[in-house]
Amino acid sequence: MTDGWVMVIGLEVHCELKTTTKLFCGCPNMFGNEPNTNVCPVCLGLPGSLPVLNQKAVELAMAIGTALNCDIRPSTFHRKNYFYPDQAKDYQISQYDEPINVDGWLELPDGFRVGIERAHMEEDTGKTTHVGATGRIHGADYSLVDYNRSGVPLVEIVSDPDLRTSAQARAYVTELRSVLVATGASDGKMEEGSMRVDANVSVRRSADDPFGTRCEIKNLNSVRSVGRAIDYEAGRQIALIESGDRVMQQTRHWDEDAGRTVTLRSKEDAYDYRYFLEPDLVPLVPDADWKAAVADALGMMPAQRRARLADLLSDAGSVTDARTEQVATVVDLGLDDLVVEAIAGGIPTALALARTANEAATDPEAARQLDTGSYVALLSMEAAGTLSATQAKTVLAELLAAGGGDPSAIAREKGFEAMSDNSLSATVAQAIEGNPDEWARYCAGEDKLAQVFIGQVMKSTRGQANGKAVVTELQRLRG
Amino acid sequence: MDTPRLTRDDVAHVAGLARLHLTDEELDLFTGQLAVVLDHAADVALLDLADVPPTAHAMAVTNVLRPDTPGLTVDRAEVLAAAPSVEDHRFRVPRILGEAP
Repeated sequence: MTDGWVMVIGLEVHCELKTTTKLFCGCPNMFGNEPNTNVCPVCLGLPGSLPVLNQKAVELAMAIGTALNCDIRPSTFHRKNYFYPDQAKDYQISQYDEPINVDGWLELPDGFRVGIERAHMEEDTGKTTHVGATGRIHGADYSLVDYNRSGVPLVEIVSDPDLRTSAQARAYVTELRSVLVATGASDGKMEEGSMRVDANVSVRRSADDPFGTRCEIKNLNSVRSVGRAIDYEAGRQIALIESGDRVMQQTRHWDEDAGRTVTLRSKEDAYDYRYFLEPDLVPLVPDADWKAAVADALGMMPAQRRARLADLLSDAGSVTDARTEQVATVVDLGLDDLVVEAIAGGIPTALALARTANEAATDPEAARQLDTGSYVALLSMEAAGTLSATQAKTVLAELLAAGGGDPSAIAREKGFEAMSDNSLSATVAQAIEGNPDEWARYCAGEDKLAQVFIGQVMKSTRGQANGKAVVTELQRLRG
Repeated sequence: MDTPRLTRDDVAHVAGLARLHLTDEELDLFTGQLAVVLDHAADVALLDLADVPPTAHAMAVTNVLRPDTPGLTVDRAEVLAAAPSVEDHRFRVPRILGEAP
């Protein structure tokens, strides 16, 4: 950030809800199908068709509201009218002045609270592809429309303008993504467009000044883009003001390849949406019982899950910055249950956390499916010294690839059985026989000579021995 | 009434938003007709309605919902056959000026 300037950032996040069907009709809510196969008279806007609200979508919206500490209120739906072919009806059904969720907050991992103005329901649009020389809308010859996505349920989460740096904005999107996945409302796949971010950015010279004129940036499809676009846009606005110009209120498009924002439209071209109440839908009024049922069904949120692991770490007296980062990683990937189960199964906290954050995390999808019993059995073998760290990692990779299995059987197959206590004793005994002088000096108290024996054992086991186990055996023999 | 509730320019603006192309005669006609509708609303506004809660719908019904179970989709070939122009199994539409709102 350029010296002396302060950014003000508010984010609007569109989240596609993980329902089986669309918001107002029974068409499948599915990404990646053949164009125009998930369509019906309702989502094609054919005359005489009527929308009927999807109960599951409402419950997921309520779950999001609950997770974001919002008031869940009686709400209505409006028609937002505009001429653009991504909606066949020429309007989008959206919540306007009476949204379902208002006045909440999201706490970031560092404790900073971001206000949530509202989280309302609306339907997604169809997908337009611009055909022509540039592939971009300007200069396109014509456009092609696929209505599979038209009518897919969305919740739009609007933050207060509380964020002050691009790093904070990235942290907010990351945390919000984890929360949305934890509620079961979203798969969190930003790359497939199931989470899309718009950023409102303005700058001012000091935190005491009033807000500057803001620009809205569209098309932020990754956490990285969010950070880059905000930094670029703030820099652009500061340069304008410092050169004596002023910032015009605009909607701008983030060009990821070029690394810059470009004008889409100015405030003067702002759309006049002529919102009016959707006459085909009645008000939605969740009662206390319904809200309580949704809240009861909600699992632990990421912040609670981080706290749960932090407590276990602190019980074990092994809190470090690196481990706190590992906690964030396993919670973000949804692998924290694995760590908790392992610790409950007697695995040392640091080992359970490290193997999960470093190795299991390389394939989170497989790790989430992994049979906990196999995982705990494997870590027990490593904790007991039956397997070296390297061997344990190899076996874990096999377990992940196979979705489970018997770790000791895999270890045998890999030829790791040489590590059984008996054969280790034999190998250590051989090493002692071959180095009688060193053994005498070791017995006389020269502990560093253990390295000689470890080296010998490693050589004869081709590196498969566990160094610690060798030292334990040497100490046992020394008496 | 001294100030008209609705001017000819208002009607022309709204017609433009709805992509309706009205002749001068039609603009005069609809300005008059719409003014009558607004006058009626003004009559209602004169009543003392302090005790009447606002309503969002003509029927006092809430929470009309359907289960999240798949229904029938329509056959793509049939749908696309009804479109004026089609390419690559998608609806082909004229060049759009400006980005999506």
